[in-house]
Amino acid sequence: MKPFSFKTLFITGIIVAAIVWLMPTYFDCWPHKKINLGLDLQGGMHLVLEVQNVKAVEAEVERTIQEIKKELREQEIKHLGISRLKDNSIIAKFKAGDNKSGFEKILSKNFENLIIKKPMTDNNIISYKLALSEQETETIKKMATQQALETIRNRIDEFGVSEPDIRIQGDNRILIQLPGVQDPERAKALIGKTAQLTFQIVDEDADVDAAINGTPPVGDEILYQNRYNQGSSTPVKIPFLIKKRVLLDGSLLTNARVEFDQFQQPQIGIEFNRKGARIFDRITGANIHKRLAIVLDKSVYSAPTIQDRIAGGKAVITGSFTLHEAKDLAIALRAGSLPAPVEIIEERTVGPTLGADSIRMGIMSMLIGGLLVILFMAVYYKGAGLIADVALIINIVLIGGGLAAFQATLTLPGIAGIILTIGMAVDANVIIFERIREELRTGKTALASVHAGFDRATLTILDANVTTLIAALVLFQFGTGPIKGFAVTLCLGIVASLFTALILSKNIFDFILKNKQSTTLSI
Amino acid sequence: MQIIKSDINIDFIGKHKIGFILSTILILISTGSLLIHKGPNYGIDFVGGTLIQIKFTQEVPVGKIRTGLAAIGFNDASVQDFGHEQDHEFLIRTSMSQMSSHGLSQSVSDAIKTSTGIAPEIRRVEMVGPQVGKDLRGKALLAIFYSLLFITIYISGRFELKWMLSGVTAGSLMTVVYFLSVFNVSMAVLITAALVITLGLFWFLRLKYAMGAIVALLHDILITVGIFSILDLDFSLPIIAALLTIIGYSLNDTIIVFDRIRENIKGSQSKESFPSLFNKSINETLSRTILTSVTTLIVLFALYFLGGEIIHNFAFAMIIGVLVGTYSSIFVATPIVLAANKG
Repeated sequence: MKPFSFKTLFITGIIVAAIVWLMPTYFDCWPHKKINLGLDLQGGMHLVLEVQNVKAVEAEVERTIQEIKKELREQEIKHLGISRLKDNSIIAKFKAGDNKSGFEKILSKNFENLIIKKPMTDNNIISYKLALSEQETETIKKMATQQALETIRNRIDEFGVSEPDIRIQGDNRILIQLPGVQDPERAKALIGKTAQLTFQIVDEDADVDAAINGTPPVGDEILYQNRYNQGSSTPVKIPFLIKKRVLLDGSLLTNARVEFDQFQQPQIGIEFNRKGARIFDRITGANIHKRLAIVLDKSVYSAPTIQDRIAGGKAVITGSFTLHEAKDLAIALRAGSLPAPVEIIEERTVGPTLGADSIRMGIMSMLIGGLLVILFMAVYYKGAGLIADVALIINIVLIGGGLAAFQATLTLPGIAGIILTIGMAVDANVIIFERIREELRTGKTALASVHAGFDRATLTILDANVTTLIAALVLFQFGTGPIKGFAVTLCLGIVASLFTALILSKNIFDFILKNKQSTTLSI
Repeated sequence: MQIIKSDINIDFIGKHKIGFILSTILILISTGSLLIHKGPNYGIDFVGGTLIQIKFTQEVPVGKIRTGLAAIGFNDASVQDFGHEQDHEFLIRTSMSQMSSHGLSQSVSDAIKTSTGIAPEIRRVEMVGPQVGKDLRGKALLAIFYSLLFITIYISGRFELKWMLSGVTAGSLMTVVYFLSVFNVSMAVLITAALVITLGLFWFLRLKYAMGAIVALLHDILITVGIFSILDLDFSLPIIAALLTIIGYSLNDTIIVFDRIRENIKGSQSKESFPSLFNKSINETLSRTILTSVTTLIVLFALYFLGGEIIHNFAFAMIIGVLVGTYSSIFVATPIVLAANKG
C-alpha cells in the first residue's frame, strides 16, 4: 500500500483546513475570521421596527394641501376649506360659481399627480375629491422605509456600536442588531426618536384654557411643554396654543451640538444652511415681540419671545436635558428626522453576563455529554468504538471550522445543535458497526466484513440523513436569529458526520486492517 | 459488549394492537389537553407580550417584586423563580407589549428597586408585538407543514420510485396552501385540512411508506405538543426547532427500519410472509435503534441538566421526541405500511 494515497491526502486536507479556520477563534492569526457569536451569547439588542409609513403619506397629503392653499391665495381664488380625509384623500370645497375653472386650472398645471374625482354639487357648494395615485402612495411608503433605514444607520454610527446590522425586512420593517450595546434603553430612545424639529408661532390672541375646554381656533393646535420643577422627577405639563403653520423645520439644519449655558446646563446649539438661515432671518424679522415655539416631536421645548431679527441662522434649544439626552438629541438632529414615526414591534435584549453564563453552561453540557458518549462507545465497541470517538472529535472540529469558514453565527440553540449532533453523529457509526457485526456472524473475515458492512450501510445512512437535512433546511428558511443558528449547526453536523463516518472511519479501518494483517476485529 | 442479543426475535408485529391502544390513549389525552387549554400554552413569541429576566444579589421575596410591578400598572404580570434558588433570578411575564420606545425595562427596574430596596440586574428583555407573534405562529405552522411535505416526497421517491407522483401531489398541495393563505384563512385550519388531504391522497395513491412515515411523525408531534400542554410548559420558538428536529430524528429511525424491510423483501424467497419479514427487519435493526437513542438521550440529558434555564424546555421537548419517535418507528410507522400492503 502506498504511504500517501489520494484519499488520505484528501481527508487530511479537509481536517487541516478546518483546524486552520478554527485557529483565529482562539489565537490572533490568519485567516482572522473568528466564529461569530450571536446576540444571545455575547449580549446585545435585537430590534424590529415598523415604520408607520402611512404617516409619511399623511404628511405628503398635508404638504400638498398647504401648496394648493398657497396657490389659491396667490390667484385670489376663494375656497370654503380644503382638508384631508381619513383615507388620505383631499376634499376641496368651493361656492358654486366662477371659482371652478380657476381651481381646475391650478390642478392641471401644478398638481398633475393628483387623481381628481368628478366634482359633486350640493346646496350650491362644489366639492372636489382629490387623491394621490396608488403608485405614488406606494413610492412614498417605500421611500419612507428606505429613508428611515438610512437615518437610523447614521444615528447608530454616531452613537458608536461596533458591527451593527441594520436591514429592511418585508415592506415596512427594519431589523436592527446591536451586539454588545452597553445601554440598551438609551440606544432604543435614540433610534425610536422621530426628531421632527419645527419652528412655529405661539398664538397669543386666544386663550389656552378656553381652547382646551372647547375647540382650538382654526389653524391652531394645543401642544405641551414638559417642565421639571426643582426636586421633582415628574414633569408638569404646560399647554401652549400653537399656530399649525410650520415656518421652518429641521431639514435645513447643517449642524447640532451640545453646548452649555452659564449655569452649566446642557443645551443644543443648531445651525441652519443658507436657505434655512434666510428663512429664519425673515420669520424672526416678521414676528418681533411674538413668541416662537421650538417644537420637537409634537412637544414644545421652549417658546422665547423674539426680541429682534436673527441673522446668521443660529439658534439654541433649551430644556431640562441631562447630558446624555442632549447628546443623543444632537445626534438625532444631525442625522435627520425620521420620515415617519417608528414603532418597536419586537425586542430581544440579552445582558452580557447572561450571554457569558450561556456560553459557560453550553460548553459544560457539551463536554460532559460528549465525554459520556465517547466513554459509552469505547466500552460498547472497544477498538471500533475508539475509531468512532476519533471520528466524533474530528466531527466537532469540522463543525467549528465550518462555522468560521462560512462566517455563520453561533447561538445558544446552535450550541444545542452541536450537542445534539454529538449524540446523533455516532448513529452513522453505530449503523456501520452493527452491520459489520452481522457480517462477522456469517463467518466472513474481518476485512470482508468491514467492506460489506460499509457497502450495505452507506445507502441507509444517506437516506436517514437526507431527511434530517431537509428538516434542518426548512428550519433555516423559517427561523430567525438564534433558531437559524440551530439550523446551521445541525446542517453542518449532518454533513460532517457523513464525512467522518463514511470516509474517515472507513479509512482508519482500512489502515489498521491492512497494516496489521489481522483477522480479528475489536468490535 | 452487547445489549441486544443478535438472535433476538421479539414479536413486535404481533403486539401492534398494544401499541395501537397505547398510541390512541396518548393521542386522546394530548388532544384533550389541547382542547381544554384551547391550544398550546403559547409563549410571548407567538401571542406577543413582554418577558423580563432579572437577577438580585441576595434573596428577595416574590411578593415585593409583585407589589413593585403593580405600582406601575403591571397587574397581569406573572413572576416566577428561574433557575437555581441561589441565583435569585426571576422571570417576569406580561401580556403587555409596550409599543413605544419609552424605557420599559428602566421603569420596571426602578419600580422593583423601590419596592424591594435592591436594584435588580436586567439580564434579558424580550418583547414581541401581537402582529409579530401572529406572523411567527403562521410561519411555524408552515415550516412544520413544508418539512413534512418535502420529507414525504423524498420517501415516496426513494422507497417506491414515485418521484413524479409524490412531487406533483406535494406541489399542488403547496400551491393550494399558498393561495389560500393569501385569503386570510386561519393558518391552523388550513394546515390541518392540507394534512388530512395529504393523508387521503397517499392512501388513494398507495404511497404506503410515505403514509406510514407521515402518520408516525404527526403522532410524535401531537404527543410532544400534548405533553407540553399537560405540563403547562411555555410553547416558544425553540420548541418549533425541537419539533422539526424530532421530525428529522424520528424519520431517521423510521427510514432505517424501512430500509431493512425493503432489503429483506428483495432478498426473500416469497415463502416468508410479510408480517414475519417486517418483524425480522425490526429485530435486526433493534440494536441500532436502541443504541442511537441511548447516545442521543445521554447528550440531551446533559443539556437538560447543565445547559441552563433558557435551553431547558428545548432539551425537554427533544427528550420526549426521541422517546416517542423511537417508539413510533416500531409501533406506528411499520404496522401502517404492513396494513397498507395487505389492503
